[in-house]
Amino acid sequence: MLDIKNLHVNVEEKPILNGIDLTVNAGELHAIMGPNGSGKSTLAHVIAGREIYEVTNGEIIYDGKDLLEMNPEERALKGVFMSYQYPAVIPGVNLAYFMKAAVNAIRKHRGEPEMDAVDFLSFIKEKLAEVEMDEAYLKRAVNDGFSGGEKKRNEILQMLTLDPSLAVLDETDSGLDIDAVRIVADGVNKFRREDRAVVVITHYQRILQYMDPDMVHVLMDGRIIRSGGKNLAHELEEKGYSWLREETAS
Amino acid sequence: MADNGLKTEVISDEMLTIEGRLSQEYKYGFVTDIDQETIPPGLSEEVIGIISSKKTEPKWLLDWRLKAYRQWLKMEEPEWSMVDYDPIDYQKISYYAAPKSKEDGPNSLDEVDPELLKTYEKLGIPLEEQKMLAGVAVDAVFDSVSVATTFKEELEKAGVIFCSFSEAVVNHPDLIRKYLGSVVPYTDNFFASLNSAVFSDGSFVYVPKGVRCPMELSTYFRINAANTGQFERTLIVADEGSYVSYLEGCTAPMRDENQLHAAVVELVAHKDATIKYSTVQNWYPGDPNTGKGGIYNFVTKRGSCLEKNSKISWTQVETGSAITWKYPSVILKGDNTVGEFYSVALTNNFQQADTGTKMIHMGKNTSSTIVSKGISAGKGQNTYRGAVTIQKKADNARNYSQCDSLLIGNKCGAHTFPYIDVRNPSAQMEHEASTSAIGEDQIYYCNQRGISTEDAVSMIVNGFCKEVFKELPMEFAVEAQKLLEVSLEGSVG
Repeated sequence: MLDIKNLHVNVEEKPILNGIDLTVNAGELHAIMGPNGSGKSTLAHVIAGREIYEVTNGEIIYDGKDLLEMNPEERALKGVFMSYQYPAVIPGVNLAYFMKAAVNAIRKHRGEPEMDAVDFLSFIKEKLAEVEMDEAYLKRAVNDGFSGGEKKRNEILQMLTLDPSLAVLDETDSGLDIDAVRIVADGVNKFRREDRAVVVITHYQRILQYMDPDMVHVLMDGRIIRSGGKNLAHELEEKGYSWLREETAS
Repeated sequence: MADNGLKTEVISDEMLTIEGRLSQEYKYGFVTDIDQETIPPGLSEEVIGIISSKKTEPKWLLDWRLKAYRQWLKMEEPEWSMVDYDPIDYQKISYYAAPKSKEDGPNSLDEVDPELLKTYEKLGIPLEEQKMLAGVAVDAVFDSVSVATTFKEELEKAGVIFCSFSEAVVNHPDLIRKYLGSVVPYTDNFFASLNSAVFSDGSFVYVPKGVRCPMELSTYFRINAANTGQFERTLIVADEGSYVSYLEGCTAPMRDENQLHAAVVELVAHKDATIKYSTVQNWYPGDPNTGKGGIYNFVTKRGSCLEKNSKISWTQVETGSAITWKYPSVILKGDNTVGEFYSVALTNNFQQADTGTKMIHMGKNTSSTIVSKGISAGKGQNTYRGAVTIQKKADNARNYSQCDSLLIGNKCGAHTFPYIDVRNPSAQMEHEASTSAIGEDQIYYCNQRGISTEDAVSMIVNGFCKEVFKELPMEFAVEAQKLLEVSLEGSVG
């Protein structure tokens, strides 16, 4: 589903990613862990297509197509979803309106009929229940005045609603209390399917306790320095990232 | 509509002098239907005499025009606003132009500027209406005329007078004489004085005591509404306990040859009466790359809540014109009167808008609400200018003002000048202001959810404006939303 080869990325001339190789197959969940400043978020934004990142080398193949050729909107329409660490606030635009626009943009792209307000409302209400969000959120402006936890839950709601094939979750667990972590992890587990892939980017292994990652990768200084199974996450929790840094250096 | 409806007089040489005009009042009483020629450019007492005589006006009205003209000669063009334009040569303007002969216009939509048609298409304007707006000669009497006739009958039944200003001068001279200039005197300001001297036509509405006007009044449904010219005059009087909602303008860009527009609108609300006045203005904003050729819209709009418990509410959506200079105001004279101003002003490319309101509290327990939403894109400059005055005797006056600015891109500007003058200690004033920009992060977020940049911008802009849109009559609100989308096209990315 996702094939990243030798990816090099600069931000304002400064190299951030220095040759990433990563393959995620349909049905899999991969965790990418790493200390602050290792380039985790950059990787997520490059997959989503944020303009300020300059790809100097390498490629990203998604579903057999060159992802880097597409703008963020096209990527989204083709099933790439990103859950933001810091989702944008859109004052004046209520969540129902925003979500309906997004759902219908994607349906239109797939050649499906657009949903009318009535159908959409019953559809979104089901999704809200899945992430234990109150219906009152529909009337609130997108992320406006939302707490950190509410924002993250809203991202998971969108993931479940928009039906993407690939979901990249950037630090979805940071700043969440334990109940919220469970709800978010629950959402991800509900999302998982044979034909869908998930990349979870996180600093802590805490959220991984509630998930079942197929692979864990450690990102440091813009490179994946170690890949392994679920146990790698536990090891990191015990020993910290410095252990790996020393090991790689030697 | 081959008949332009203007009753005109044959002019003799001696009438071209004022003395001649005055001494020969109505000697030439017969009228013709023939399309009139245009008076050569220039402004003088003679020209005003001709205008007045062409409209067979009574002497008092000519005198009023002349007084306004003499006043205007002593006045200076205002320079305090945040708009910039080359000096206007008032002697180069023609002050009386009969509607253009239909033959001069395009013969079919094929001959109309395709850009204009594209805009009509996007706004969802029906074909027949497109033809009318584009100035295509339409031989067959189309639907709106019969619609208008039906409306007219219904209004007559209710006793509501709704006609052109010229007709009102002939048929309801007492009402015109009583109210004309009672809210905006001919001495008011440079452009209002100019309008008073040379106004061409406009609308008159009178709603009698206790009558709730059975429909929204719209200039669109008035035959001869087109070609009211560049110096339009509107007068609306709501008698005791009556209600009227008036819609002005059109979401579609109108073909217009005149660059300078200086209209005057006067509203009078008697005891317990309510007037709701909604405007959508979308005149030609000028060339998007140079700003050349756009309309200068210098309007004076004012309402008087003359007696107790009356209410006047202005709602405007201003998206057109190269320059907009207008401050719809309310004089809260009666006790317990209410004034409202809801505004969306959008400036894109080279457009400039200096707009706002004045709320003048004179009576006791008066209250006013101001909600202004300014949107700047391209190189547009958008200024809110408002004054709230609480006079000495206005006990317990209340005002709430909210001025929000939204910036799109980094070459535009937003400015806010709220003036507050309180002379009564019991007044309660609230003022909120905000400036925000449509951020790259917001667009990126919407894009990531599959929403296109254009849809994202219009969604954010509509969200920004919804407090104002909800004040518009339903149908108008939908059109206004579409209009904003079209006006903002290409402003991002």
